[in-house]
Amino acid sequence: MSLIRHEPDAGTRPIEDAWVSLSDGETLPSRDVIVTLERLAQLDGDVPGRLGVVVDGATDPEALAPHLQRLSLIAIELPKFTDGRAYSLARLLRDRYGYTGTLRAVGHVLRDQLFYMWRCGFDEFDLAEGVNVEDAVAAFDDFTITYQPAEDHEQPIWRRRRGG
Amino acid sequence: MYQYDAFDQRIVEERAQQFRDQVIRRIDGRLGENDFKPLRLQNGLYMQLHAYMMRIAVPYGLLSSRQLRALAEITRKYDRGYGHFTTRQNMQLNWPKLEDIPNILDDLAAVQMHAIQTSGNCIRNITSDPYAGVAADEIADPRPYCELLRQWSTFHPEFAFLPRKFKFAITGATEDRAAIRVHDIGIRLVKNDAGEIGFEYYVGGGQGRTPLVAPCINEFVPELDLVSYSEAVLRTYNRLGRRDNKFKARIKILVKQVGADEFARLVEEEHAQIKDGPLKLTPEDVAQFRRFFRPPIYEVLPDEDPKLQAALLSKDRTFAGWVRNNTAKHRSPGYAIVNLSLKNRDLPPGDVTADQMDAVADLADRYSLGGVTVTHRQNLVFTDVRKSDLPELYESLRDLGFATPNFGKLTDIICCPGLDYCNLANARSISVAQDVQARFDALGKLYDVGDLQLNISGCINACGHHHVGHIGILGIDKQGVEHYQLMLGGSRALDSSLGKILGKALTHDEIGSAVERVVMAYVGFRESDEETFLDCYRRLGPAPFKEAVYEPNQA
Repeated sequence: MSLIRHEPDAGTRPIEDAWVSLSDGETLPSRDVIVTLERLAQLDGDVPGRLGVVVDGATDPEALAPHLQRLSLIAIELPKFTDGRAYSLARLLRDRYGYTGTLRAVGHVLRDQLFYMWRCGFDEFDLAEGVNVEDAVAAFDDFTITYQPAEDHEQPIWRRRRGG
Repeated sequence: MYQYDAFDQRIVEERAQQFRDQVIRRIDGRLGENDFKPLRLQNGLYMQLHAYMMRIAVPYGLLSSRQLRALAEITRKYDRGYGHFTTRQNMQLNWPKLEDIPNILDDLAAVQMHAIQTSGNCIRNITSDPYAGVAADEIADPRPYCELLRQWSTFHPEFAFLPRKFKFAITGATEDRAAIRVHDIGIRLVKNDAGEIGFEYYVGGGQGRTPLVAPCINEFVPELDLVSYSEAVLRTYNRLGRRDNKFKARIKILVKQVGADEFARLVEEEHAQIKDGPLKLTPEDVAQFRRFFRPPIYEVLPDEDPKLQAALLSKDRTFAGWVRNNTAKHRSPGYAIVNLSLKNRDLPPGDVTADQMDAVADLADRYSLGGVTVTHRQNLVFTDVRKSDLPELYESLRDLGFATPNFGKLTDIICCPGLDYCNLANARSISVAQDVQARFDALGKLYDVGDLQLNISGCINACGHHHVGHIGILGIDKQGVEHYQLMLGGSRALDSSLGKILGKALTHDEIGSAVERVVMAYVGFRESDEETFLDCYRRLGPAPFKEAVYEPNQA
């Protein structure tokens, strides 16, 4: 499995995974960890490394809201790439809750949805097995123009046309 | 009509390139069929009984003569020289090859067309009133709003993978010619007491296996909130719609489960958060879209044309019958709206050959300012014909076989491709349509029965809109034999109703004569020539019709 990161200024590149996923019973190691929402709620006070959480697309962003300050990574799991809830959750976290940390897509993450995901606010992509990394990196160049306001543009096309 | 600028043009070109790359990866094996399927569907590409079927978008049904000629050329180059107009105002090709699709997309892009989101669980082509812009009963032209929503919904990153497909219909007129209440979202332009434009917003209608008439969730969405309100509806659906069962995934099920009031409240709550964001329209935004649909400069003409009057009085009554049936009132004096009937018996309903497309394009240039509109009844419309040209145009249309004076009549049948083409179908539908057409043509009964819509679907997916036909026919499979359910009393107008099954299913041999019996019974029951079939059925209920069909000898 490969992990890639996309930043409009820095481009797209494969990265090493600095994070380790923790199951609920495991003790906290001295490194960056991704825990479940249940575990997150139980963790109070300082943790040794950075803190991340893994949720699914059905999660109410309200449940994440109290923790956003201390989260450096939110991983949203896609059981199937056609499960569109992850996209709405990502946008809500970015637009409504002002989350600025890493937003990572995990699970059934394929090449042809990466552009949409990035536009909804994802910046890291844990590619599903068998996805060609070179193909995946090229996905962010699929379109150079988009219509809606999203991560890439603050204004819809009809206002950008007028130089707005 | 809307003209692409450099941005729109680049998007359709990049789309063609993107799909070319996807096809290459599919063919070399990097992309498996399971992962490719949702991608090709979002490009209107289905796997059908015999081959791929490709659906080309005709946004709100509007085509220029240049685009129609390009479609003709595409069907010659990549298909078998004909195309099929659908109930969503699109065009389908029945025999394209996978490796040709990227080239077809290139050819489409060259005339500002595409196949984006013509299938798949996303926002589909937005449909509208075929008389938009010229209807005498129009409150305001819906097309600028259609185009706004087209751009908003095209490759919307958040709504590419909804629980299920999603269809918008918009009308700006008093009479609903767009069947808005059987759509996921139906929008009707209205004006408030202050004369401001707004939208009556209906959500959760649909056909298919659970037919429902959409409730109104907001009686007045202000004009400048159209896009943000739609985004709120879609987000609510995307987050809460069911994903565990394909048959319960449409928005109509969600609206029914939580109730229209509660759904409206959820949308309101979401909308409150985004209504003043970047999707809030400004008057300049709307003006930018309205510019493309400014009325053409019409000649100043008398409303009564002497040449037309003379022709109407001629001995041959067929022309007068055609004018009465197939033309409609235009907003501008001296002009008429002309319906071209694609329901002659030589071809399945909605089918048009490449040569016919070219001929229609030529006629559009000569008689209707170079434009053609596709209707949800699978016909074509010339919206801007001078009344003085009607006799000449009639001759040309008759030669093409498009002047059958049956617009809105029993033989103007809505019909899906059925078992002859579709791998979902349980039964043939085209042959049933042809049987009914033959019966009523031969008997010359057409003019006696008034407005009567017969809709035929080959399966419960209801592509032939059988629930909202005054007479609806649904093909089913009964122990391996094709059978047909007959339903009566449906309507797609603003007073929408869904047809009710009359009795036991009938065989392919029986269904045509059953329709004939229903119609003849109506002719006997009606109180006057003015009482339409629907009014008569609503007055009498199903019992006498049931008797006429199932116990004809006692009646």
